[in-house]
Amino acid sequence: MTEDLIGKSADDKARANMQDYDVERASFSWDKARAFLDGLPGGRLNIAYEAVDRHVVHGRGEKTALRLIAKDESATDISYSDLMRTTNRFANVLRGLGVEKGDRVYSLLGRVPQLYVAVLGTLKSGCVFSPLFSAFGPEPVKARMEIGGANVLVTTRLLYKRKVAPIRDQLPELKHILLIDGEGPELGLLDLARLMDAASTEFDVVATEPEDLSLLHFTSGTTGKPKGAMHVHQAVVAHNYTGRTALDLHPDDVFWCTADPGWVTGTSYGIIAPLTNGVTMIVDEAEFDAERWYRILARNKVNVWYTAPTAIRMLMKAGAELAGKEDLSSLRFMASVGEPLNPEAVLWGVEVLGKPFHDNWWQTETGGIMIANYACADVKPGSMGRPMPGIEAGIVERTEAGAQEVTKPMALGELALRTGWPSMMRGYLHEEARYDKAFSNGWYLSGDLAMRDSDGYFWFVGRSDDVIKSAGHLIGPFEVESALIEHDAVAEAAVIGVPDETAGEIVKAFVALKPGFSADEELQLSIQGHARKRLGPAVAPKVIEFRENLPKTRSGKIMRRLLKARELGLPEGDISTLESDEK
Amino acid sequence: MSEDRTEAALRQELHRIAPDMEIEDIDREGDLREEFDIDSMDFLNLVSALSKSLGITMPEEDYDQMGSYDAMLAYLKAHTS
Repeated sequence: MTEDLIGKSADDKARANMQDYDVERASFSWDKARAFLDGLPGGRLNIAYEAVDRHVVHGRGEKTALRLIAKDESATDISYSDLMRTTNRFANVLRGLGVEKGDRVYSLLGRVPQLYVAVLGTLKSGCVFSPLFSAFGPEPVKARMEIGGANVLVTTRLLYKRKVAPIRDQLPELKHILLIDGEGPELGLLDLARLMDAASTEFDVVATEPEDLSLLHFTSGTTGKPKGAMHVHQAVVAHNYTGRTALDLHPDDVFWCTADPGWVTGTSYGIIAPLTNGVTMIVDEAEFDAERWYRILARNKVNVWYTAPTAIRMLMKAGAELAGKEDLSSLRFMASVGEPLNPEAVLWGVEVLGKPFHDNWWQTETGGIMIANYACADVKPGSMGRPMPGIEAGIVERTEAGAQEVTKPMALGELALRTGWPSMMRGYLHEEARYDKAFSNGWYLSGDLAMRDSDGYFWFVGRSDDVIKSAGHLIGPFEVESALIEHDAVAEAAVIGVPDETAGEIVKAFVALKPGFSADEELQLSIQGHARKRLGPAVAPKVIEFRENLPKTRSGKIMRRLLKARELGLPEGDISTLESDEK
Repeated sequence: MSEDRTEAALRQELHRIAPDMEIEDIDREGDLREEFDIDSMDFLNLVSALSKSLGITMPEEDYDQMGSYDAMLAYLKAHTS
């Protein structure tokens, strides 16, 4: 733990939306935060109205809302007025198809304009949106569409062919598939562009209740299927406020959130927070590329940049020289999320870019930033910062009497939050028991282990379960193991995260073979290919190792923890339940 | 190094990372990461494996010359001859 405190100048503080953390915390209320939004008559609230239409109503329609940078680096600007009209068209397309309020609309798309139009148009129509990551394979796609009962899917011909066609007959509730690049030969593959052209640009935004469902974001647990965290329209109060406070968004800012909307960061902070704050946001269609990223930052004069530790570490690897080629003087505030940002990366920001990265912490379940380093406050490199105004965080121990707070500085425990903020999930879809398990004595239990120092800064220590965090994405070992054992040769599989200097962790699988199969490279590649086909590159293991037997308890449960301890050369801990050891 | 060996090395390393993809089924001029369904990590692993097996350096600033299968092949040929 480092004590290289990075202080802030009087100028830094004066420019920040929140100029004094303690003052803001003391005077904060969610009602005050809500007053930054317009709302709809009768106490109603719709995220898309706050993100788009109200800026047009207030005379800011000509301002650029989105600048989309295509793979060839050509840029397309979409103004708030344009965005209002195209999202109205999309809402009318849904209405024309007979899609009703509360129905589930999914996307399986890269970062193309139609994705942003689909999210906002869906919310305007009162439907629930669920974005899927385009690097998912058919299995994760199927699981998430089955659980959520997807009624509509927006995708491309290629992604449909590769990832949806093989499972389509298992999705009886899926009625409409809208292709952004033409129509398909099969029944029900509709040409979105043609439907959009025929649809009106006028639409009355559905006056949703603050507690109506808006977004369904999937996250992974240790066991069982992915969990669908349900979010409501009222979450926009937190998205807007945290955007202004934790990311210091000013209306004249150019903002770039590098996350894909297939993950919660890319929706909360890659769509809702920036647009409700009226900024110009950058969307880059391409994948990470160090030179390209510096060019984007420089050419678009990005002021506020929200990225992830994996990307920062890849930039560090690419070298300081590359950063020096571009004029990055417009950058004012840089933040990072997804996994703990190591102190070296924070300091690298200061040395090479002239500013520290501000780490912050939140989860799919919390909907928005909960703990952060702020523009006005000192940064302790390696710490995730302090709780947002309106958020009470604590370190708790799970006891027989439920969660009990531990207030001693630097005591290790589970990071927990007092319930009751607007963007808190309202449940895991169809999984009440799993939802209930996440709460105790008025605390939401995050599953992350952390410590709090005497200044109130929180420090991440690790996960309390077996969930893997690779490149900032949560991956459930069970989902990967299930796909692996579907391979003809695999008898059993255990999946763990192993440390990786760039991605934080990478997915590693141990497999034991059925009799008659021999552990050679050919079979390893066959299993690898099978896993990629089922799971997609973001979830499939990067490393597969053969074992004759995996360590198991008496009840036959594979002991992932033991495999991990051995992999990392750590003490094996309590192995009293070990019945059948690894070979 | 002969051209055939360069292409064989590219095919082999791609096969190691994405064994589920057949070169015959992809658009050789399409986006390499998309066609082979590989992510940023996979791409970096591919580059480091190729530079090792072919004994060449493939610096970050050249990545934009490796956008498709054909572009990557041309790049490798130009740097191994």
